[in-house]
Amino acid sequence: MTESAQDLPPVHGSTPVRKWGGQMIQQAPLLVVLVLLWLFLWGSFSPLDIVVGILVALLVTRVFELPPVQLSGRFNPWWLLVFLVRFAGQVVAGSVEVASKAFRFGTVVRSSVIEVGLTTTSDFVMTLTAITMSLVPGSLILEVDRSGSTLFLHVLGAVDDDAIEKARRKVLHAEVDILRAVGSRDELVEAESRLRGKVSA
Amino acid sequence: MDDVIGGDGFELVAAVLLLAGAVLSLAAGVGLVRFPDALSRMHAATKPQILGLICVLVGVVLASHSWSALLVVVVAILLQLLTSPMSAHMIGRAGYRTGNYRRDLLERDELEDDIKRASD
Repeated sequence: MTESAQDLPPVHGSTPVRKWGGQMIQQAPLLVVLVLLWLFLWGSFSPLDIVVGILVALLVTRVFELPPVQLSGRFNPWWLLVFLVRFAGQVVAGSVEVASKAFRFGTVVRSSVIEVGLTTTSDFVMTLTAITMSLVPGSLILEVDRSGSTLFLHVLGAVDDDAIEKARRKVLHAEVDILRAVGSRDELVEAESRLRGKVSA
Repeated sequence: MDDVIGGDGFELVAAVLLLAGAVLSLAAGVGLVRFPDALSRMHAATKPQILGLICVLVGVVLASHSWSALLVVVVAILLQLLTSPMSAHMIGRAGYRTGNYRRDLLERDELEDDIKRASD
């Protein structure tokens, strides 16, 4: 995977969600996901199922109210796809790596705990980045400093500066990928230039 | 009810996927025994499992030739992807805070540095 300086993605659907929405619009993605979950679990897509699904979704979001997730209002399906493909590749590569470490008898695996400062201040992007790094084998989120946008990760087998720097860049790269898909423009520009700086340094 | 998908080729792919999932699960088990401390073991316990589970579930769908199985499997995989980071984080965090790790096997510990800086 090259980390060349890619062009800025085109901006699709940059509607400011919060301005004309209120809670309903903000919760719309959550409702859609809940209705889909309902339909998938029943395994059928009849109109009745959809109506009941919507009712159940409304009920669930009322009964178990959560603080609304603040989305940036930007969504780019192409970069989401790029992110998912890259993520799948990392999961496969990481799985093989961790598995091979497990089978390397006679050696004791060493690790590092690293600190990675993210660019974003959005809870949503930070959470997605943390989840991504958690799911990619070889890294584990130990601690999150929300106010400072900092993640602390346990990286299996990172025993020298090279490996540590590589792991750090992987996190920043994941953040940029996520920002490209759903993040705000300003943060994306900032994160990209930071990543480039890190790469060239 | 169930639409039939695929043919004999699917059986072969399903077998390969099931085998791959089994190997990954075995690796997780071996890692659980062999890795030195709680934090390293978390990697073994949670990670090969993700790809392993996906392999097994997709294999099951292909072998069962049914679309409705696919829907349930998609939900199972998504919920697994969403929940396993949470449990891994909570256990890892607790493991670190209670000192359940081998400091001598950490090449570098920037969280400790950060805590030191904060307490100074």
